[in-house]
This record gives sequence, C-alpha cells and structure tokens, in this order.
Amino acid sequence: MIPEFGHYALILALCIALIQGILPLVGAHYGRREYLVLARPTAQIVFMLLAIAFVILAWSFYVNDFSVLYVAEHSNSQLPVMYRLGAVWGGHEGSLLLWIFLLSTWTILVAQLSKALDEFMVARVIGVLGLVTSGLLLFVLTTSSPFERLLPAAPDGRSLNPLLQDPGLVFHPPMLYMGYVGFSVAFAFAIASLLSGRLDAAWARWSRPWTTAAWVFLTLGIALGSWWAYYELGWGGWWFWDPVENASFIPWLVGTALLHSLAVTEKRGGFKSWTVLLAITAFSLSLLGTFLVRSGVLTSVHAFATDPKRGIFILIFLSLVVGSSLALYAWRAPKNTLGGKFSLSSRETFILLGNVFLVVSAGSVLLGTLYPLLIDALHLGKISVGPPYFNSVFVPIMAPLLVLMGIGPWTHWKNTNLISVIKRLWLAGLVAVCAGIAIPLIMGQFTWLAGLGFLLAFWIIASGCLQVVRQARLGKPTRSFIGMQVAHLGMAIFVIGVTMVGAYQEEKDVRMLAGETVTVGGYQIQLVGVNRVPGPNYQAMRGTFLLSQNGKPQATMYPEKRSYFSSTMPMTEAAIDVGLTRDIYVSLGEELSDKAWAVRVYYKPFVDWIWGGCLFMALGGVLAISDKRYRIKLKRASA
Amino acid sequence: MKPRYKRGLIIVAALVVIGIAALLILNALNSNIALYVTPSDVAAGKAPQGQAFRIGGMVKEGSVKRDDLTVHFVITDLVKDIPVSYTGILPDLFKEGKGAVIQGRLNTNGEFVASEVLAKHDENYMPPEAKHALDQAQKNGSNK
Repeated sequence: MIPEFGHYALILALCIALIQGILPLVGAHYGRREYLVLARPTAQIVFMLLAIAFVILAWSFYVNDFSVLYVAEHSNSQLPVMYRLGAVWGGHEGSLLLWIFLLSTWTILVAQLSKALDEFMVARVIGVLGLVTSGLLLFVLTTSSPFERLLPAAPDGRSLNPLLQDPGLVFHPPMLYMGYVGFSVAFAFAIASLLSGRLDAAWARWSRPWTTAAWVFLTLGIALGSWWAYYELGWGGWWFWDPVENASFIPWLVGTALLHSLAVTEKRGGFKSWTVLLAITAFSLSLLGTFLVRSGVLTSVHAFATDPKRGIFILIFLSLVVGSSLALYAWRAPKNTLGGKFSLSSRETFILLGNVFLVVSAGSVLLGTLYPLLIDALHLGKISVGPPYFNSVFVPIMAPLLVLMGIGPWTHWKNTNLISVIKRLWLAGLVAVCAGIAIPLIMGQFTWLAGLGFLLAFWIIASGCLQVVRQARLGKPTRSFIGMQVAHLGMAIFVIGVTMVGAYQEEKDVRMLAGETVTVGGYQIQLVGVNRVPGPNYQAMRGTFLLSQNGKPQATMYPEKRSYFSSTMPMTEAAIDVGLTRDIYVSLGEELSDKAWAVRVYYKPFVDWIWGGCLFMALGGVLAISDKRYRIKLKRASA
Repeated sequence: MKPRYKRGLIIVAALVVIGIAALLILNALNSNIALYVTPSDVAAGKAPQGQAFRIGGMVKEGSVKRDDLTVHFVITDLVKDIPVSYTGILPDLFKEGKGAVIQGRLNTNGEFVASEVLAKHDENYMPPEAKHALDQAQKNGSNK
C-alpha cells in the first residue's frame, strides 16, 4: 500500500501545484488579494506532499520492496544501505523526483525568506515556480512514475550499476540538481518582473543572492562529478567533454555571465533586458540539459533511459517554457538596452565584454554538443565531436576572459582612467610574465600553452593581491569584495591545476609481474602481488603496490578489480595517493599471461588544484551572499 | 564620445568576438570530427583515407587475442568483419559478443589501429551507433 500513497501524494501535489501556479498569478494581475495569499500555503503543501513521496520512495528502497518496479531495477538486497538510499536517484524516475523535490525546496525557501518583498512580487515568483513544478509533475506522472508496481514482485532486484556504487552517488546528483534547479528562482524573478513591468535595481538585488546560491551549488556539483569520474571511472581523466558534462557546464557558463550582469543591474540599473534574457537562458539551458540527459538522444555514461515518449514530452515542455518566456520578453522587456550612461573604459564595459566571452563560449560548447544530433537528424551521417574540438575552441575564447579578470575589478562604474589602472597593474603584469616563463622551465619543459596558462593564472593572482592590499589601506573591505577576490583566486588555482596536468602529467600502461617496478614522474611503483579479497556484494582482485621516491617508501596502494555478484561487469577501482603538489594514480587492468597484470600508472601534478579551485569559487559565492547589505535590508524591512 | 558611437563600438567588439569564435569553431569542426562508418562500409572501401574515424559494431565471439599489452580483435556488423588492434588497457565493459565503438585509422594492411575503445555504460547497454551498424547490415542483407 505504501508506494500507492507515494503515487497519490504526487497526484495531489500536481493539483495543488496547479493552484499555486495559476491563482496567485491571476490574483497579481487583477489585484485580488484573496488569490495572492494562496501563494505561500500552496507552496508549503506541495513541498510537504513531495517530501512525503520522496520519503516513501526512499523507504521502499530501505525495506527492499521489489514489487516496486523502480526499486527492483535499481537495487538489490545485498546492496549496502547507504547505496540503497543513493539509488533513490540512481535512475531516471527517481532523479526526476529529486529534481522536482529540490524545485519545491527552492520555492519554499523563497516563500519563507522573502517576507520583506512586496506581496505581488512574491505571488508572481511563487506562481511561476508553481507552473514549472506542475509541468514536471505532469511529466513524472504520465511517463515516468517511480511508484509503478511490478507484479508479481521480483525475488531480488537487478541492482545498481556498479559504477554508481560509490559515495559520489550520494552527493553529486543532489548538489548538481540544487544548482540546475536553483536557476529556476532567477528565472521566476525575471518572469515576475516582466509581468509586473517593474524591472528595477530592487529586483536585481532580490534575485542576486538566489542566483549566486544556485551558482555555488552548480559549481560544487560539477566539481564533485568531475572528481567522481576521476577516481571512480578508473582511468584518470577529470573532464571528458561528455555531452552530459557539457549539459551542466553550459548553464554554469551562462549562470556566471548572469551573476556579473546582475551586479550591473543592481549597482547601476543597467543591462536590464540583457540580465533578464540571461536568466531565461540559464534556466532554459538547465531544462535542455535535463532533456538531453533524460531523453537518451545522446550517447553518454549518464543516459540511463531511452524512451522517445519522454524525450518528446520534455521537448514540448521546453519549447513551451522558452517560447512563452521569450514572447513575454519581446513584449515587455525595456527597450533601452544598455541602461545608465557609461564610458567605454568603465566597469560596465568590462563586465559586458566578459559576458560576451562567457556566452560565446557557452554557445560553442552547445554547438559542439548538438552538432552530431543535428547532422543525424538531417540524415547526413553519424559523427562524433570529440575533446579536441572543445579544447581548440574553448581555450582561445577563455584566455582573453582571464586577461579581463585581472583588469575588470580595478575599474570603476561609469568611467575609469585606464592609464591609472595600467600604472597600478604593471607589477602584476611583470609577475605574470616571469611566472609564465619560469614555472615551465622549473617543471623541465617549456611549451607555449603551459607558459600561457601560468601567465594568466599569476596575472589574476597578482592583480588580486595588489587590489586586496590597496583595499585594506582604504578601509574594511565588504564581504562582496572578499567573495569576488576569493572566487577569482579560485579560477586562477583551477587554471594552474589544468595547466599542470595538461602539460606535465605522465601516463604509462605496462605489463607487470610481482616484484617489478615502474618509474613515473620520479616515483617508483613496485608491484608486491595481487590476491583475492571478498567484499560485501562483490569479489575483488586486489593489487598491492609500494610507492617510493628515491628509495624512501611513501605509501602502500591497493587498486582493485571487482566483480559484482549481481552483474557480469567488472569494475576498476583505482588507488590514488593524494598530495598537494601531485597525485599518483594506479589502476589494475586485466590479468595477462604468466600471472602478469596490465597496470596503468599516472603521475598527475597539481591535479587536486582543479577541484580546490572550484571550492574557492564556491566559497567566494558563499561570502558574497553573506554580505551585510542583503541582511540589513531584511532587518530593516521586517522591523 | 557620442552614445551612438559608443554603442556601435561595443556592438562591433561583440561581433569581432563572435566572428573569431565562429572561425575557431569552423576550423575545429573541420579537423576534429570523427565520422561513424559501419564495418560493411569499411569493407567496401568507403572509409575516409588518412583520417581518424569511428566504427560501431559488435566484438566478434572468440576473436580477442592478447599479445601482452596489444590486443587484436574483430569488430563486426554480422555481415563484414574488420580486424582491429589496440595497445593499452581496455575498458571494463569491453567484452566478446557486446557492442563497442572504436576510434582510429586504417593501416596499409587493412587493419584498423584503434586509438580509443569506448565501451562504457552498463552491461545491457548497446551503443546506438553499434546498433545502427547491425541494423544497417541486416537491412542490406535482406534486400539482396
């Protein structure tokens, strides 16, 4: 019976979400207070119903109810409890439920934290979110209910894909979705302001912390996914330009542009229509990402479902959302696009240029992702667009953006004397050039690409340091300022990591017998032996490797090759010795003749800086949200 | 400066960025696209010469032979077979009788030298490109 309650909860949630989506909007349009006040309570009820549905699904996994089709397909009685709960979003239906549940979480947060906002605005924002919720609930109920029964019940489940049996599954999807879905708030604010015709600085101030919060989650979610792929897929890459990775990265790029554009709208009242357009685009791209991942039109690690009906539904939903919001935009957006006056050498110009680079790079990634689909749809053959395309397009577009990042923060709103900025920045330029030449030489080999990477990273770092020193002299810096510096520093750290790994990583595939040693990046790795060890729901062949440097032992590493009982698919579990300046990565291939094993070893300098940089970016976002001016406004308004 | 000129300058700057990006994209698309070719088409000599491409199909049962780190196997659409060699560690899901997608070039002996073997996803998954090759071969077979 219990799963049926979950299903009823979803149906009820759809009905209430429709009320939440329609009546407050109608009320706001005609000024009917009795409809307006429905916004908050309906949002709360939808949230509770979805929470109930979610808990029930988790419960079905917990008690191994294999009469539920979704549970039978994604779990197994031998699966450890943590992964059983993670398996709730380990497949298509459950991850959609998670999507909607998080959407309603954002809605409820907006409803609770926007007490100071005027009633009409709140009603419109919650109403728009209600419409989006209804659309997705309709999708779940018509094409992919997680509560569908399997009769007779399966004796045991098919189990979770071994790739997903990892703590990463527990954290990566919720984080990523929190970010994806979070852009719906920025979207709802944009649509609400278009509806009300009040696109002003107050609107930007309200949506800015929400957008930053979504961006923080998305940054963390993408970084977690990348880190997960690095250690779990077993073959040492950190980014594959896989279509699904791109699907999360494109909204990130547009979201980053949105963050910066919102700053102009808040501080100077400029770029209004551009900001609104970015908010609509960021959310539409999140939906497009969902469509690409869930429709199975793309070949990817994440494409676990192929059902054309689902694809068509999301496509229709997507075109409805994009079409209606763009129509509204065309009708209501302010005509004066650039807003307040500013000169060519002003912060506005730099942010605008940065925006152009971000949006163009997002477009180029989108094009590379969709191109094979387009060619296939036109029956021109089947092709694949690989990492070389993305690298050769993305890097040249990003490089000038990083140059701008060193200058932009020095400029003032409205007008800046560029000569005085250059006078202050010559030292940063010098440091950057020296670093760009010296570091590759220290690492032992100069390449232009590595030189460029270090030059840009140190340009941002040096420029940031100079600015922090200057600001400290002028008085106590605001949290926003610190947040911006920390996030930009994160970008520089990220660039250092990427450059180091790209230019100086060493990789070897070797055949090894027990007792043999392989040398990589100045480290010696000796195979001691391989033996069989049991796991909770698998058998593993575990290698024992001794890692040493110049004869001094450093660590013992245990990579594994696992075979899960519930599947015939083997799994490679890499062993990684993590360090601040390098990772040593060992994974076990197959057993070859004469008890020899195929082994892959990597020396990856500074690879952890890639994710460390993302952490700094996210931290910067958190600092920016905690800025006093958002809190003061709340207090004053509630007093 | 007059606002009209200023706006014009900004638009020109944006167009320049977009134009350069478009050039980069076209250039990159030209040299970095891998065409999918079915084993039958490869056997018929329709594969691009001197350029990397991809083959989708099934790994033929009993065809995998190891020579230390180099692996020889046959990829097939059940009509034509193409011999393949690959040096390195194969992905976990590479298996005889299962679908796979490989990227590489033909050498002068008609052997496909793979630089990349893609067989990810879960065990019940068939890459659409591999399925396409099998369907295509079947269709042609029944027409004859």
